[in-house]
Amino acid sequence: MDYLLQQLINGLTLGSIYGLIAIGYTMVYGIIGMINFSHGDVFMLSTFIALIVFLFISSLFGALPLALALVLVLIAGMALTSLWSFVIERVAYRPLRGSFRLAPLISAIGMSIFLSNFVQVVQGPNNRSVPPMLQGYVTVPLGDGSFTIAYKQMLIFLVTVVLLGAFWFLVQKTSLGRAMRACEQDRKMASLLGIDVDRTISLTFVLGAALAAVAGVMYLVQYNVVNFADGFVPGVKAFTAAVLGGIGSLPGAVLGGLLIGLIETIWSAYFSIDYKDVAAFSILAIVLIFMPSGILGRPDVEKV
Amino acid sequence: MTTPAPSTNTATGADTAAEPSAVSRALKDALKTALLVIGLGTPIILIQTHQSGAGVTLEWRFGLLASLAALAFASRLLWLLFIGPRIAARPATSITDKVPPATRVWIKRAALVFVLLYPFIALGLAGKGGAIKWIDNFGIQLLIYVMLGWGLNIVVGLAGLLDLGYVAFYAVGAYSSALLAKTVGLSFWLCLPMAGILAAFWGILLGFPVLRLRGDYLAIVTLAFGEIIRLVLINWVDFTGGYAGISGIPRPTFFGLPFNTSDNGFAAFFGIPFSPLHRLIFLFYLALALALLTNYVTIKLRQLPIGRAWEALREDEIACRSLGIDTVTTKLTAFATGAMFGGFAGAFFAARQGFISPESFIFMESAVILAIVVLGGMGSQIGVAIAAVVMIGGTELLRELDWLKEIFGPSFDPTQYRMLLFGLAMVVMMVWKPRGLISTRAPSISLGEAKAISGSFVKEGHG
Repeated sequence: MDYLLQQLINGLTLGSIYGLIAIGYTMVYGIIGMINFSHGDVFMLSTFIALIVFLFISSLFGALPLALALVLVLIAGMALTSLWSFVIERVAYRPLRGSFRLAPLISAIGMSIFLSNFVQVVQGPNNRSVPPMLQGYVTVPLGDGSFTIAYKQMLIFLVTVVLLGAFWFLVQKTSLGRAMRACEQDRKMASLLGIDVDRTISLTFVLGAALAAVAGVMYLVQYNVVNFADGFVPGVKAFTAAVLGGIGSLPGAVLGGLLIGLIETIWSAYFSIDYKDVAAFSILAIVLIFMPSGILGRPDVEKV
Repeated sequence: MTTPAPSTNTATGADTAAEPSAVSRALKDALKTALLVIGLGTPIILIQTHQSGAGVTLEWRFGLLASLAALAFASRLLWLLFIGPRIAARPATSITDKVPPATRVWIKRAALVFVLLYPFIALGLAGKGGAIKWIDNFGIQLLIYVMLGWGLNIVVGLAGLLDLGYVAFYAVGAYSSALLAKTVGLSFWLCLPMAGILAAFWGILLGFPVLRLRGDYLAIVTLAFGEIIRLVLINWVDFTGGYAGISGIPRPTFFGLPFNTSDNGFAAFFGIPFSPLHRLIFLFYLALALALLTNYVTIKLRQLPIGRAWEALREDEIACRSLGIDTVTTKLTAFATGAMFGGFAGAFFAARQGFISPESFIFMESAVILAIVVLGGMGSQIGVAIAAVVMIGGTELLRELDWLKEIFGPSFDPTQYRMLLFGLAMVVMMVWKPRGLISTRAPSISLGEAKAISGSFVKEGHG
């Protein structure tokens, strides 16, 4: 029982990270119907930016309180990753809007290859690590056993919940959010009603990248190590999460992320750690084949 | 003119060139581009991390970032003032449109003759030592990609089914051929058809569950299947050898004559001195034969009912169904045929390398093959071949740029930019020509003279 609870907590931590990345996929897919293949690599880029900014800050100020350092890293990481995503959208996707369907997909795959190799060239192919931060944990007694919640897990939950709340507010209550939802429902109608569709799409990419950057910082806090090749697999898993939750649905992306995190952790704990990625990919295939609209998504009606 | 994209707005570049303030505008724009490069490069280019023991040290590279920004400034300025307006002023016809059909046939024949004589041209120009690289890296490797491109072209270009896991069939072909050769002891000539059949079987097996899926969803599920197969190859160590892979795969023989120094070897039989080039030249022609077989079968299938059903499926699936075409059989045969050629390519790959491991069958390979098909112009056979030569050959050429070390210092290694440039080229080519390099398609049937049709009339399929 305590072992299961421990795995649940670990799974939810991992799932929060997936959920944050998944939002970027689901928003972009909702608005322009494109799988943003490079999103996983944007996430990877953000882990590197977070690492460098963190090291820079700690070399500059020495013993800065960790909380302040993390806030600074978060802000810098979100800003810089958003800039990257903004430029990527302008250069690689916008010229292809309205072009045939495969062109943006190929362009996105090309961008993904470019980003991972770019980071490899400028930062080197080996792992980069930071000293572990926030090492303490709370032990919760339970019956005759106990389980632990690490401080960093609490931090990841907290940041995820706060940022999701802020993001939820942005999408539901602000005019930008209204414009995004309008573009998602009907892009042409939205533009007729005076919404700047290009600007809205740009902002969607920027917001998705900002949340991916949050996931990147949390990833660094949790694992302390980054590598240029670590964009593809988290990217595909986050996409699985978006599909599982119902692509286009924001709460669905978070729910899907948590579920994928839980399934992966439980699978590794009880079955086989070697096949944990097979589990994630199988879920992706099964969900797409048997319930393509996901848990919270709208069914896709085909017009003749 | 706020767009930072260096390659997108050619038309606006031409407009501003006519006005008196064109230069100052271009300067302003180029300055913005340079600032953007600085913004993007901070901190990822500016600060390089070095892992030293448990910690990481930081190295500042102001010079590098400044020179990159200067480069961006100069190239953006050059583009806005000189190159952009010139491109915009040129009529929008591509080179391929101007070539008359008769000349086109001759170009194709000349290309075929060149490819047939290629090993000897390479031998003549580069000598015995230098020719190995040209035949192996540029000849055989390119032909494998041409073959894979043509195989995938059946699935993506003809039937319009978007497959992002094609490398799975390549892997099935390679592993089944290697395992059959190693454990059962079959010769390459038996392994080759067996690998094709097994890959086709897997094509049907994986194609069956995804029949209902369309578009991007199909792409993602095939990607998932490709990754599952790779992960199983890694983890099923008893069967596949895991990460270590399978080594010592028997090489193909020339009608039973092995390419070695033994008395019953190829060289001894024909009474010529042994040279490793013999095997390479033989493998080159084998790859060429397999690639041409793929091409021939595709061309013939396009004229048969099944090939027309594939193309009809690509154009309109609902109309297809209402006309009584069995979409299940049509899709499955497309998957199976494409997979079979992937399997042949895999068997050839295993025999050529003598060693295979899961590292060769990563998602990147699927992406590269799909990129070749789309960049060449989906459905165009010659386009796929040209795209394979341009993309793979172009990145291979980077290995030849050792003289750059004289300029940038001995630590400069051009090969590490190979995949970086490949990704960039994918983006640039898509932005420049979203419908691929070859903008015309050959009709599968015609009354009288066959006229090429524009690629923009050809649909891309729903699947």
